[in-house]
Amino acid sequence: MHLARAVVRYGFQFRDVLAAWELFVEGLLVTLTLSVAAFAGGLALGVLGAAIRTYGPGWAKFLVSSYVAVVRNTPLLVQLFVIFFGLPALGIRLDSMTAAIIALIFNLGAYTVEIVRAGFESIPEGQLEAGRALGLSGPQIFRHVVLFQSMRSMVPALSSQFIFFMLGTAAVSQIAVTDLFHTASLVQSRTFRDFEVYIVIAGIYLVLAQVMRLVFAGGYRLAFGGRS
Amino acid sequence: MIRGFSPNDILFLLGALRWTALLAAGAFVGSAVVGLVLATMRLSRFRAVRWLAIVYVQLVQGIPLLVWLFLLYFGVAMLGFNVDPWLAAILGFSIYGGAFLGEVWRGAMGSIEVTQWEAGAALGLSISQQLRHVIVPQSVQIAIPPTIGFLVQLIKNTSLASTIGILEVTREGQLTSAATYQPMTVYLVVAALYFALCFPLTQWSRSLERKFNAGR
Amino acid sequence: MPVVEINNIVKRFGSNTVLDDVSLSVDRGEVITVLGRSGSGKSTMLRCINGLEPIQGGSIRVDGVEVNDPACDLRVLRQNVGIVFQSFNLFPHLSVCDNITLAPRIVQRQAREHSRDLARGVLRQVGLEDKLDAFPNSLSGGQKQRVAIARSLAMHPKVMLFDEVTSALDPELTGEVLKVLEGVAAAGMTMILVTHEIGFARRFGSRVVFMHHGKVHEIGPAAETLANPQTAEFAAFLSAVLH
Ligand SMILES: Nc1ncnc2c1ncn2[C@@H]1O[C@H](COP(=O)(O)OP(=O)(O)O)[C@@H](O)[C@H]1O
Ligand SMILES: [Mg+2]
Repeated sequence: MHLARAVVRYGFQFRDVLAAWELFVEGLLVTLTLSVAAFAGGLALGVLGAAIRTYGPGWAKFLVSSYVAVVRNTPLLVQLFVIFFGLPALGIRLDSMTAAIIALIFNLGAYTVEIVRAGFESIPEGQLEAGRALGLSGPQIFRHVVLFQSMRSMVPALSSQFIFFMLGTAAVSQIAVTDLFHTASLVQSRTFRDFEVYIVIAGIYLVLAQVMRLVFAGGYRLAFGGRS
Repeated sequence: MIRGFSPNDILFLLGALRWTALLAAGAFVGSAVVGLVLATMRLSRFRAVRWLAIVYVQLVQGIPLLVWLFLLYFGVAMLGFNVDPWLAAILGFSIYGGAFLGEVWRGAMGSIEVTQWEAGAALGLSISQQLRHVIVPQSVQIAIPPTIGFLVQLIKNTSLASTIGILEVTREGQLTSAATYQPMTVYLVVAALYFALCFPLTQWSRSLERKFNAGR
Repeated sequence: MPVVEINNIVKRFGSNTVLDDVSLSVDRGEVITVLGRSGSGKSTMLRCINGLEPIQGGSIRVDGVEVNDPACDLRVLRQNVGIVFQSFNLFPHLSVCDNITLAPRIVQRQAREHSRDLARGVLRQVGLEDKLDAFPNSLSGGQKQRVAIARSLAMHPKVMLFDEVTSALDPELTGEVLKVLEGVAAAGMTMILVTHEIGFARRFGSRVVFMHHGKVHEIGPAAETLANPQTAEFAAFLSAVLH
């Protein structure tokens, strides 16, 4: 009740905040760049990891599952800190954008391994046997039989994982990457309208997430037809 | 003054882990309440109620947790309230986590075949008795592993509370790192602490899931 | 007074009329077998009788109580009407005993000690007394179905509905379930069975109902009607089932 009355009394002023739209656009571009780079890298890493987890030798399997376990059981924020603040102590100096991309790829890669592996394992043994019976080599079977079929079941999980991940990239603002979330503090220090700033930022993320949902759904329909 | 990283620092970090755990516990309870309400709303007879729950989930999951925390902490402060960071954090985690937990639980209930409801109805059980004696006990079994998975997610997310000034283990790590100039060591220890908290839960969730699948 | 009285009911799913002016009156102790092709509306008719499906026209009375009257307490009705499904629908998280006693305990408010005796009693009727504390997933299909029958018997219903209760079973398990049904019929239960077991219908049925395109296409005393179907459709159906 108090809160509702306070909101009414507050007197929203979006003009100054919206006047800084160029900053928001810049931040949005950074967020998109980061997300796309991480998506490409994470997907590659994830498919590689999943292939090793499913078909690789024992020691390599262990390596991959350790990687997955470490990443999945620690916060992204701490991973960012280790890479951005920690690595310079070992003489590896990265600018914040590079550090962010590396951390994001490693992070997304681990989650992707699990999704892709589940996709691989959903291919019945009979399919592999059929491939062998036709004289296909291991890599050929992987490419033509496993990869394509499992894509279909993986894409929905991957796309929701990606949208979730994209929103999570806001954490990179904490290592001074000027992403969309970081923009908020820039605009805030100009306008001192914290509430409006974060409402606008929330709105941009919300639209971004919905647009991505539509894009993925459309892409899925294009690639696999209307049936799901 | 620069000092080295000492065993004392580890103790401090361990002490801060307590606040991480407390934060996660509070957030879990809050998320459970919100999640229960949402899952119940999704069962409603009224389309508008179901629709409201869906919109809530879409809205909440379309906005980063960090934005929720800042909205509740810095934003609400603008309205002239003195916002306690703990309150803002637990509220933010509950709003956000509830959407996920609600979906998990709804999914678990949805995976119970409609014939189970019918069998209950055919024996003269009321809707609430069907829920209580037939649907919920079966869904709980299905829901436990993903709920533990959610808890792991939540524990990791509490690290974001450091950004609104809560002195949990990540924030303590930032302070220690600044004081010792040993960021690598400090953040690896912090990561190890999270791992120690989350890894057993992850494994537990997996083994329950495996056991459940085997029993089917 | 008939136990079940179906008067000119109409049931639609959207624009699809599934039951079209169906009437049937069942007296106490009668064993009605319902035959018909898949999709002819047999299951739907049973589901209407215990209120699992609302009807769009006509009326159904069970023991004098109007099923589709808004004032009718469906929970009371369902204690009087037992139904056994093709897919058993046992509760997998409950033991056999708890499956059977759940409704008597929470709907009829029986004490737990008493209800265990009740479970033992109905299990004896279906020949599974030793399975009192087993869990459904440890039982064979035939045993599951017998437990489902016992669960229904435990409510002491006035009429029992059986929807193709042997169709999901291997042939060698069908016999044990039919034997149980035979026992239930012999004990005087009023029964409506949807089945493809013509032999059972002939020997234990009082009357047969042949459903076709959502209508009662033919009805008559079991043995005679099965031996001398009056309509071409029923004759065709019988020869398809028998050969
Ligand atoms: N819940 C439902 N929604 C829509 N149509 C249904 C539903 N249940 C049954 N039907 C339709 O009603 C008709 C009769 O079904 P049913 O009573 O199951 O036939 P039977 O048991 O004789 O095989 C079928 O055409 C079926 O598709
Ligand atoms: Mg049927």
